[in-house]
Amino acid sequence: MKNLYLHEDCIISPLGCTTSENLKHLRSGTTGLQKFDKSEFLDTPICAGVVNSEVLAEAFSAIGDPKAFTKLEQMMLLAVHQILIKNPDLNRMETGLIVSTTKGNVHLLEDLGVFKKERLLLSNLGEIIKDFFGFGLKPIVVSNACISGGLALAVAKKMINAGKFNKAVVVGGDMLSKFIVTGFNSFQALSETACKPFSKDRNGINLGEAAAAMLVSDTPKKDSVTISLAGDASANDANHISGPSRTGEGLFKSIQNSLKEAGISSEAIKAVATHGTATLYNDEMEAIAITRSDLGATPLHSVKAYYGHTLGASALIESILCKHMMLNNEIYPSLHFNKLGVSKQINVVTAYQNSINLDYVLKTASGFGGCNLAMVFKKGGENE
Amino acid sequence: MNNLSVDHWVRIKDGKIIVDGEVVFASEADIASFLKAAFKFLNIKYPKFHKMDRLSKLGFIASEIVMKEEAEISEDTALVFSNNSSSLASDQNYQESIKNFPSPSLFVYTLPNIVLGEISIRFGLKSENVFFIEDEFNAKLLIDYSAQLIESAKANKVLCAWLNLHNVEYDVFLWLSSESHKKEITEEQIRKIYDADYD
Amino acid sequence: MPIMTDLHTELKASIIEQLNLEDMEVSDIENDEPLFGDGLGLDSIDALELIVLLEKDYGIKLTDPKKGREIFESINKMADFIEANRTK
Repeated sequence: MKNLYLHEDCIISPLGCTTSENLKHLRSGTTGLQKFDKSEFLDTPICAGVVNSEVLAEAFSAIGDPKAFTKLEQMMLLAVHQILIKNPDLNRMETGLIVSTTKGNVHLLEDLGVFKKERLLLSNLGEIIKDFFGFGLKPIVVSNACISGGLALAVAKKMINAGKFNKAVVVGGDMLSKFIVTGFNSFQALSETACKPFSKDRNGINLGEAAAAMLVSDTPKKDSVTISLAGDASANDANHISGPSRTGEGLFKSIQNSLKEAGISSEAIKAVATHGTATLYNDEMEAIAITRSDLGATPLHSVKAYYGHTLGASALIESILCKHMMLNNEIYPSLHFNKLGVSKQINVVTAYQNSINLDYVLKTASGFGGCNLAMVFKKGGENE
Repeated sequence: MNNLSVDHWVRIKDGKIIVDGEVVFASEADIASFLKAAFKFLNIKYPKFHKMDRLSKLGFIASEIVMKEEAEISEDTALVFSNNSSSLASDQNYQESIKNFPSPSLFVYTLPNIVLGEISIRFGLKSENVFFIEDEFNAKLLIDYSAQLIESAKANKVLCAWLNLHNVEYDVFLWLSSESHKKEITEEQIRKIYDADYD
Repeated sequence: MPIMTDLHTELKASIIEQLNLEDMEVSDIENDEPLFGDGLGLDSIDALELIVLLEKDYGIKLTDPKKGREIFESINKMADFIEANRTK
């Protein structure tokens, strides 16, 4: 089987419009979350990761008319643009385009504004990105709840192995809307303060908006270390459509299968980048699946307290962060963790570390519909 | 690359359920009465069915019909689904509820892959899941993806589907694929089943 | 035993409607029967929907989901709570 190598990437978030700006904030422990007593989304207080629309529109105006594109489209197009300008020789006619989102432009249900109703269709979002940059192949749009962004990488790997293309741009994004915020609020899942993954006093999630893009291919970079997706697996809990499994069954199975595909045992994993949403049930479920996989002592983190839960972008952003942690031998700390609040012993990283060799990192994600995803990233060179 | 065969298929459209080429059920085409009658036709007790949104009900009925043919259901039967409208019909219902009291039981169905969860719960499938959004039925993508899942031993069978609900218009095509050393399915054959008229 | 009031019947009817308990009728639900678990078999999403029902029909805002578990124990418990706290 061909490997999937991770190349150029870009994160557009409240922490900045380039990956390096984002990384700077993660290293210093600076959050992108803000508290709002009242917002366009909800009358009651929320804490969320909001991208400044004016700042975004200004950045976007360098490549297009901000009025002609929704906030989500602007974020996603900007992310892809940054990859393409760094890869001017990329043959767009033969490069795959894989798009991940959970809700796309669902905010247009309330008010279409200047846009046509086709804009609500997620397939249309794919077409917009394709046409904007002149990609030649039909985009593949993945919408599988909160594992979408990571699943899009797994889809890229499968399509490369199926011989559809050798390179692909994977782009993921979701934006905040009344739709999403009131929905999570009706689930009583939102925390009014910054979320505290795995902590005893955690009381729910924060939502965030962001987009990310990454160039992937079947070949490593010449003469340098490249990170690859060595194993991936998804598994359903077959338990409940909104509540995580009490036994962590689906995530445990995903982890086992991804290790198997990577050809390693759990001892080889040097760090775990968790989903870590800070709901009572998700974090407990994840801790169970992680300890069942003999990873209880392995350093782990959640970045949800920097970004909030960015839905269809989250697992892609977190995969990009895994890549940079591995290249730079560093781990970004989990914010706001004080006392372990799950029933199993796990090793939450609370201080920035920059001298840790990460040969293999495990990334996990779970979502509504009972879906779970695990990915094993591997550090390697050209001659591995 | 491994060959895939189609073990069984079901087509649901215009008030009709067609299994492996044969019309097994026909009722009024109107979605509300169709779903009610089709569930009765399944002749099973499953109170949770009534709580599902229409997209999930369609997927549930289709998978129930195909899986009934299986002597033994493997938990590694993957789900590779696709449609055009995502969960738009349910999105609209939830959006309506926001005006007064946002409804959690409507919100939970505002993702296309919830139906994958419903089907997994029904048959105990702890398997690979993916939901693609396409502008139209794309057999090739489903076949290619399924072949990769089987080749990498991530699944031993795959339930593939086009499961679309646009307002009240439904268009369902679901089939069960497994590895075959003899018969191979082609995109053309799948497309032909999808396009055919069944009277 | 508490007397069967209009509120009890009204609650049963709206639970059946709101939670899509298709095959059930008002007479199928006992006043002291557990609504969750082995009784009616309601789940966590139903509990959230009942919180919405309390606010919508009786003007009661429930912010602590833990409290919901006590109130939604049975129709009797729900009716008592509503009588004591309703604002409409």
